[in-house]
Amino acid sequence: MVNGDRSSQKAHIFFLPTCHPRAGKAKTLLTGDNVFKAFTAVVASSIILILGLMVYYLYLGSRSSIEKFGLVFLIGVDWDPVRGVFGALPLVLGTLVTSAIALLIALPISLGVALALSEYMPKRLSNVFSFFVELLAAVPSVVYGLWGIYVLIPFLREIVYPPIRSSLGFLPLFSGPIYGGGVLTAGLLLAIMITPIMSAIMRDLFILTPSTLKEAAMALGATKWEAVRVMMSYARSGIIAATILGLGRAMGEAMAVTMVIGNRFQLLPSSLFDAWYTMAAILANEFIEAIDPLHISALINVGLLLLVINLVVLICARLIIWRHVKAVGGVMRE
Amino acid sequence: MTKLHEWFRRLNDKLVHVLVYLALIAALTPLFSVLWEVFRRGISAINLDFFIKPTPAVGEVGGGVANAIQGTLITIGLASLIGVPIGIITGIFLSEYSEAKLSSFVRLFNELLNGMPSIVIGLFAYTLIVTKIGFSVAAASFALALIMIPIVSRATEEALKLVPATIREAALALGMPRWKTTIFVALKGARKAVATGVLLAMARIAGESAPVLVTMGYWKWWFAGFDRPVAYLALNIFLFAKSPFENWIALAWGSALILVVIILGINVVVRLLMREKRL
Repeated sequence: MVNGDRSSQKAHIFFLPTCHPRAGKAKTLLTGDNVFKAFTAVVASSIILILGLMVYYLYLGSRSSIEKFGLVFLIGVDWDPVRGVFGALPLVLGTLVTSAIALLIALPISLGVALALSEYMPKRLSNVFSFFVELLAAVPSVVYGLWGIYVLIPFLREIVYPPIRSSLGFLPLFSGPIYGGGVLTAGLLLAIMITPIMSAIMRDLFILTPSTLKEAAMALGATKWEAVRVMMSYARSGIIAATILGLGRAMGEAMAVTMVIGNRFQLLPSSLFDAWYTMAAILANEFIEAIDPLHISALINVGLLLLVINLVVLICARLIIWRHVKAVGGVMRE
Repeated sequence: MTKLHEWFRRLNDKLVHVLVYLALIAALTPLFSVLWEVFRRGISAINLDFFIKPTPAVGEVGGGVANAIQGTLITIGLASLIGVPIGIITGIFLSEYSEAKLSSFVRLFNELLNGMPSIVIGLFAYTLIVTKIGFSVAAASFALALIMIPIVSRATEEALKLVPATIREAALALGMPRWKTTIFVALKGARKAVATGVLLAMARIAGESAPVLVTMGYWKWWFAGFDRPVAYLALNIFLFAKSPFENWIALAWGSALILVVIILGINVVVRLLMREKRL
């Protein structure tokens, strides 16, 4: 770290060692430059340390739960603080299903928004609307939750859900009582929350793809949509990465979800209108009221599980982006 | 046959054109609904008492969020004291020594930290700090600082990379050592962009409620020391929204209005400044 100065001279062409008046004198290790580099390197590596500590401390906090339940925690279907029995399978399922609903809704809308902003709108107008989309991403999640309780839930309960039930009620998914809050409502609110971030990433992606692709397609007589499709297939891995990042956001959202999902611990809800739970939602709802050490430990165990799932998701997205960058580099060279 | 095919292709093209705009409308409708409802319901809750009185007791009429405003400012202040220096120094390392092997690792971990659910970061602060000194401003500030670091360091890195190489070369040619050039020339030239990054990070943590919940809990009183909890505006919204009391619900909307105005205000100003620079 400390004596890595030589490599840096290679990369920054403006640090010419022979022209520099101090280049000859800097023989000792304790120069200002070396100390500065070592100092910033130590501070920067603290981020790596923090993530390591995060995994370790969440493991420490959930140890009594891990020792008592082990891997059974992952497939247990009971959550009973009184009897001291905890299992997280319904929470994992709830998290996956609500996030899947959110992605199902958010993906086509984000693609549409990104295309509108990057391809279809005049530049001046698209600047304004990009601005609005970015603002949408800055609204705090708890405000979305408040809006969810008092605006979205009544709207869905009175206007949207009854016709859905009366027309699709023969399917078990859309039957049963309507509370307003529930699985579908949580998925919808999550979709609203992840659409801005996904469409912003995809817009940047589309702007960065070489316009020669579209031009070539148009020159062959393709319509605009056909040309855009060529461009989208080129940006496919980036779209997948953006979707995975949206998935990570949706799975980790605690406050907004706990405010609208109904918070009922059950293996499977009776329909999409029924109440359920997610990993993040149970943390937001129960953690502060838990007194029993085993209960607290089980909740931290849920947090550890959420952390691990999220790390896997984020690393997948990163790997896809790296592969994409390599592929793009290849095309550029040709 | 080919005519029909041709016609179908053109129809498809037009259809997508419409669909794309429909998607944009679908995405922006919630934004306008959120802003409108927060404004409409929040404005009626805001009066002088709102800013000078603390959380009302159960059954008490009126009341305000003065203690939560105080608590939010103090907590953000302490979080910035921890998070901003670490973020800026990390950003300097990433931009000035980007060829070092460590940089790519730091960049990856920065990204992982940025994508970590905020409630998990709160749980980390709980296991690390709350288990030792109890629910406290210190624990909440630590958690919020961890959320700030990736935002500040990325802003610093990008700001430093935008400083023209010629300016650094000029300083180096005058015999200034590299570290002094970085701090007194490059960082000074990039200070506005770094400041906007810090502001955006502050706006972000002002709206965080999950990590504050697990590190401070519900606290309805004034600030009483860094080892004690304090009320937090964003968390107040969560607490009040679920309550059955009319005046608490009104306070929730009032708090939401204040938060949205401050957070979106910072975002609007920062983005307008950035846009001006690009032109």
